[in-house]
Amino acid sequence: MSSIDLKSNTPEGPLKTKWSEYKGTMNLVAPNNKRRIEVIVVGTGLAGASAAATLGELGYNVKAFTFHDSPRRAHSIAAQGGINAAKNYQNDGDSTYRLFYDTIKGGDYRSRESNVYRLAEVSASIIDQCVAQGVPFAREYGGLLANRSFGGVQVSRTFYARGQTGQQLLIGAYQALSRQISTGQVKMYNRHEMLDLVKVDGKARGIITRNLLTGKLERHAAHCVVLATGGYGNVFYLSTNAMNSNVSAAWRSVRRGALMANPCFTQIHPTCIPVSGEYQSKLTLMSESLRNDGRVWVPKTEEDAIAIREGRKKGNDIAEEDRDYYLERRYPAFGNLVPRDVASRAAKTACDEGKGVSPTGLAVFLDFASAIERYGKAAAHSKNISNPSQKKILELGESVVSQKYGNLFEMYEKITGEDPYKNPMKIYPAVHYTMGGVWVDYNLQTNIPGLFALGEANFSDHGANRLGASALMQGLADGYFVIPYTIGQFLSKEIRTPMISDQTAEFDAAEKAVQDRIDNLMNIQGNQSVESFHRRLGKIMWEYCGMSRSAEGLKKGRQMIRDLRDEFYKDVFIPGSANEFNPELEKATKVADFLELGEVMMCDALDRNESCGGHFREEYQTPEGEALRNDADYTYVSAWEWNDKDPILHKEDLEFKNVELKTRSYK
Amino acid sequence: MKLKLKIWRQPSSEARGRLESYIVEANEHMSFLEMMDVLNEQLIAEKKEPVAFEHDCREGICGTCNMVINGRPHGPQRGTTTCQLHMRHFNDGDVITVEPWRAKAFPVIKDLVVDRSGFDRIIQAGGYISVNTGQAPDGNSIPIEKDTASEAFDAATCIGCGACVAACPNGSAMLFTSAKVAHLGKLPQGKVEHVARVKNMVDQMDEEGFGNCSNTGACEVECPKEISIENIAMLNRSYMASIFGANK
Repeated sequence: MSSIDLKSNTPEGPLKTKWSEYKGTMNLVAPNNKRRIEVIVVGTGLAGASAAATLGELGYNVKAFTFHDSPRRAHSIAAQGGINAAKNYQNDGDSTYRLFYDTIKGGDYRSRESNVYRLAEVSASIIDQCVAQGVPFAREYGGLLANRSFGGVQVSRTFYARGQTGQQLLIGAYQALSRQISTGQVKMYNRHEMLDLVKVDGKARGIITRNLLTGKLERHAAHCVVLATGGYGNVFYLSTNAMNSNVSAAWRSVRRGALMANPCFTQIHPTCIPVSGEYQSKLTLMSESLRNDGRVWVPKTEEDAIAIREGRKKGNDIAEEDRDYYLERRYPAFGNLVPRDVASRAAKTACDEGKGVSPTGLAVFLDFASAIERYGKAAAHSKNISNPSQKKILELGESVVSQKYGNLFEMYEKITGEDPYKNPMKIYPAVHYTMGGVWVDYNLQTNIPGLFALGEANFSDHGANRLGASALMQGLADGYFVIPYTIGQFLSKEIRTPMISDQTAEFDAAEKAVQDRIDNLMNIQGNQSVESFHRRLGKIMWEYCGMSRSAEGLKKGRQMIRDLRDEFYKDVFIPGSANEFNPELEKATKVADFLELGEVMMCDALDRNESCGGHFREEYQTPEGEALRNDADYTYVSAWEWNDKDPILHKEDLEFKNVELKTRSYK
Repeated sequence: MKLKLKIWRQPSSEARGRLESYIVEANEHMSFLEMMDVLNEQLIAEKKEPVAFEHDCREGICGTCNMVINGRPHGPQRGTTTCQLHMRHFNDGDVITVEPWRAKAFPVIKDLVVDRSGFDRIIQAGGYISVNTGQAPDGNSIPIEKDTASEAFDAATCIGCGACVAACPNGSAMLFTSAKVAHLGKLPQGKVEHVARVKNMVDQMDEEGFGNCSNTGACEVECPKEISIENIAMLNRSYMASIFGANK
């Protein structure tokens, strides 16, 4: 087993000028040479669309791929809350350094300083770019851009477009991409799924795709390959990710030698609509912004909880003194606005104690009654209504809450059939985002030369926990403002490389490997559906590698996944044929990859004998049940090489020269 | 609840399709697509071909899902995509017909899956603002009236699902096209290219085989994002301007 030397390739110099000096001195590719270079971009969400558009504008020949029927469908579209940027428009003391510091601290000191600083530095340009593209951000009456606050920070730096910020940003990037498609600078391949990476002389030189309409395998060659294929939250089956989000492009690259970094760092979002039955296919997020006004509670006694579960009582029947507002009790300083990882664990603890309030026992209340009353009284006062009736107060209060959160309340009612203005919402944590991803250096290049990874697909910026409104920021930073420069460090050495041919032994072998894999899956003809395996995998992941983990559980979970994988390859049933539009076959290749990734996640969580951010190991906690980090032994990025018997761990040590490592406290 | 489904089955774009009947057990908490999942699991267990349908976010925002349910695009509930429609709006014993979008410009690929790539080409014809990355001035350099930004946003919420086309007796894409024209045309950044954009997008729309608008208003009624047909009025005015040279 050979050790891989993981060099971050961070340029020298002080943190504040590192990126600008590096940009000013890095190698360039002249316009006449750009015309002779081809770049493959896989994935067209925020990171991929912005990268493909910008590389096209620069004059590279881009081939962009998505498995969707249109680039506008990528899951970036579902982001609700907003996008952070250190503009300091509010004059509240925000700065690049403050955004950098909040992100490093929020990530529990497990991300790379230089990357995070650069992210904060380019954040302001993202807002400018998006405004110029016509993104209709929220505005003040004076016509200037509005901001709001998000969890874990003390400034107001989040830009937003109602509750649909991701949609508006993605449409902006999609339009920029469409413009390049119309000029012919980008060739767009819709309904094409990447099933393998092709390496020539150690460099990434192409991909094998399956045309999802015809089933035909195709070869695509280029001077380099950029992955912008999102996160792997669907390994848990139930998550807030879109149904088709998957790890396959990244995982196939790992199978070709790339490394999976910090795979166990997953974000469990505390406020999602709870699971209601076995048929459930996905979970829906209720924006973090709701915790500004909603109070989280469970009944103090198990009897009351059981009565609610059995439908004999409702939340409103529980008297004030019989309620446990556990976040306010445990974390008086931050109350209901503790970071996501802390809020999620506390909900689990309450339900583990038997206080859950849905029939499954897995839900807590998020209650707006006191906010409605408070806003109602304030509104009555400002309207000069003296002695308002309780009915009037509630009416006025509901109207204020509706202006703030109307679309979310409506979505909640559509899904659950319950009116959240009258009864407290029921919520429970759900998998939402994956901080881990393909290992990349400062240039966003993986350990395979010519293979890059952007956005949620890489690991680099969020450490062990991501702050709200930072995913959109990272996707667009990588695509618009980082990769267009850093890709030149690789491509400037390739200007003498002619167009890559796809008629070579390497492409032959890769295509054959994909064909064999598909034939193998189709030939199993067992008795269980792909979906049923995915569901079982999700249950194992959630039970043993979810909100809290233990060495014993992780070992057991790992074995269960290996057994499930064996069963999958013996008994999965895929209807239809490989030479047609076949969604079940698409699902099967994805689930097969999740069955390997899941094992590596277990290994990673087992290796990390500490609790940090979204990774909570039961053995490592304070007497009060808080996370216990171990900086002496675990201040590193774990980067896993795939191996069927035992995945191999490589490490990149993290150095903190500009911030002091502290214990996060929200008490 | 026990339901009888009559679903459009069509093996490929060339093959003839027909409605086939299925019985499925559902419960009121399921979404419509989860009910379809149950049916497909049932078909797979019987080693039969599952019903092909498209879906992704299941939160009503990606625009992928597209079913005509009992004759209405996205079903009976106003302002709701198929994925956000829940079975509590149906009754035990109901017969539900499920068909794909039907329009000349949206050919069927398989069962309920259609080809909507015409929408992408309409956007490529001019549904953007020509600004390269890095050229942008400061975000606050051009103040935009709050109401104007809000109107642009209302048009920009279009999810590109195609329900407007499916609802229209002429198979017209006017609501879709006008929503993009209005989104960009209302903002100062988008005004520069407005007239040329309108002309190019409308030409592409015709090229794709979408029909003409005859003001039936069905598109607005069925739009899951409740986009207003006022946008079509704006498009028509601008299109006239692009032909006769006013506003130039």
